[in-house]
Amino acid sequence: MPWDRNQMAARAAQELKDGWYVNLGIGIPTLVSNYIPKGVNVTLQSENGMLGMGPFPYEGEEDPDLINAGKQTITELPHSAYFDSSTSFAMIRGGKIAMAILGAMEVAENGDLANWMIPGKLVKGMGGAMDLVAGVGRVVVVMDHASKHGESKVLKECTLPLTGKGVVDRIITNLGVLDVVPGGLKIVELADGVTEAELRAATEATIVG
Amino acid sequence: MKKVYGSAKEALDGLLFDGMFIAAGGFGLSGIPELLIDALVASKVKDLTIASNNCGVDGFGLGKLLDTRQIRKMLSSYVGENAEFMRQYLSGELELEFNPQGTLAERMRAGGAGIPGFYTKTGVGTVIAEGKEVKNFDGQDYILERGIFADLSIIKAWKADTTGNLVFRKTARNFNVPAGMCGKVCVAEVEEIVEPGSLDPDHIHLPGIYVHRVIAGPHEKRIEQRTVRKREAV
Repeated sequence: MPWDRNQMAARAAQELKDGWYVNLGIGIPTLVSNYIPKGVNVTLQSENGMLGMGPFPYEGEEDPDLINAGKQTITELPHSAYFDSSTSFAMIRGGKIAMAILGAMEVAENGDLANWMIPGKLVKGMGGAMDLVAGVGRVVVVMDHASKHGESKVLKECTLPLTGKGVVDRIITNLGVLDVVPGGLKIVELADGVTEAELRAATEATIVG
Repeated sequence: MKKVYGSAKEALDGLLFDGMFIAAGGFGLSGIPELLIDALVASKVKDLTIASNNCGVDGFGLGKLLDTRQIRKMLSSYVGENAEFMRQYLSGELELEFNPQGTLAERMRAGGAGIPGFYTKTGVGTVIAEGKEVKNFDGQDYILERGIFADLSIIKAWKADTTGNLVFRKTARNFNVPAGMCGKVCVAEVEEIVEPGSLDPDHIHLPGIYVHRVIAGPHEKRIEQRTVRKREAV
């Protein structure tokens, strides 16, 4: 059985290291915070201006002045800090954020990432994604291996407008874990019950090693 | 010089003209200058270029200025919450310049700091880099982005003193600081105006030197995505 959304998030949570400052994107990456391993303390950054993002508030305790980058109501923690947007992206561009975990529409074997626009169809904007992939220490993508139409999203070259060029370090999909290495992608791990042949067949990108 | 005004309309008096460039604070619907947006709607000023991370939602925030067709161009990083925006953009009525969120914030901060341009890695190798100077520093490519110098800043803070020193609350600070810095004139709306000495000078987020006019008033502070968790059984 390939991994489901929660299993992918749980696998992505294994990437976290104690003491790290981390930015989690919208969608499956948000679920990663539910699976942070015991003994690993990470501080979550929300790029609209907060370090130390807490869980959703109890009903009745929502505060319109306290939201995350997905505009959801959240809470603060004892070590939280607030700052303005330019300070927030200073820490992103300055390489202070150890890792970003993001969703994607397409990833290419050279680490190119496309996750912000489908010309003529979806024109919402990149938000902070371009800044994140350009600035943080490590970029991990979590996404389904194939589109809803069954086409591989792990490609030789991205077809959609890029979010960043050569920026992805690791890809976690429902079929397994792949690293971007010289010459293509390297299989790091297979999802439970997925064979290497199945992963290769579902991947358009070059797999090396 | 008196900075406190009686209403948003009075605070904008003499500052508005068609075709002007406005920088607006806020992220989503959090920390948006609701009262000043309403006053812009009432003023009927048009052909506006607005730098703001988002463009409100249908019928609220900057979305109100879309309904009245007062906006000609937006500089934003994310506009996905607004069907009217999409309609006007796709039909060619509205111009849109996508800016990565950090680039937009830094363009505002830079403008406010008198910096006409800066180099950044953000957007290198993407459509954002098209037409922009690329410079290599220490083996890494960067693109040149311009500082924003707006005619007017409209921002929302939590508290002001009568000299314009501002304090924000939680994540409602967001773009209000850089947007407030980059306008020739900055008008701030707050929930409460207090006397000098009431705010701790060590805790001022935007010093009054940047802030020219201040108004206080009630804010709706609408929540865009209400997310909650269940209280654990005791």
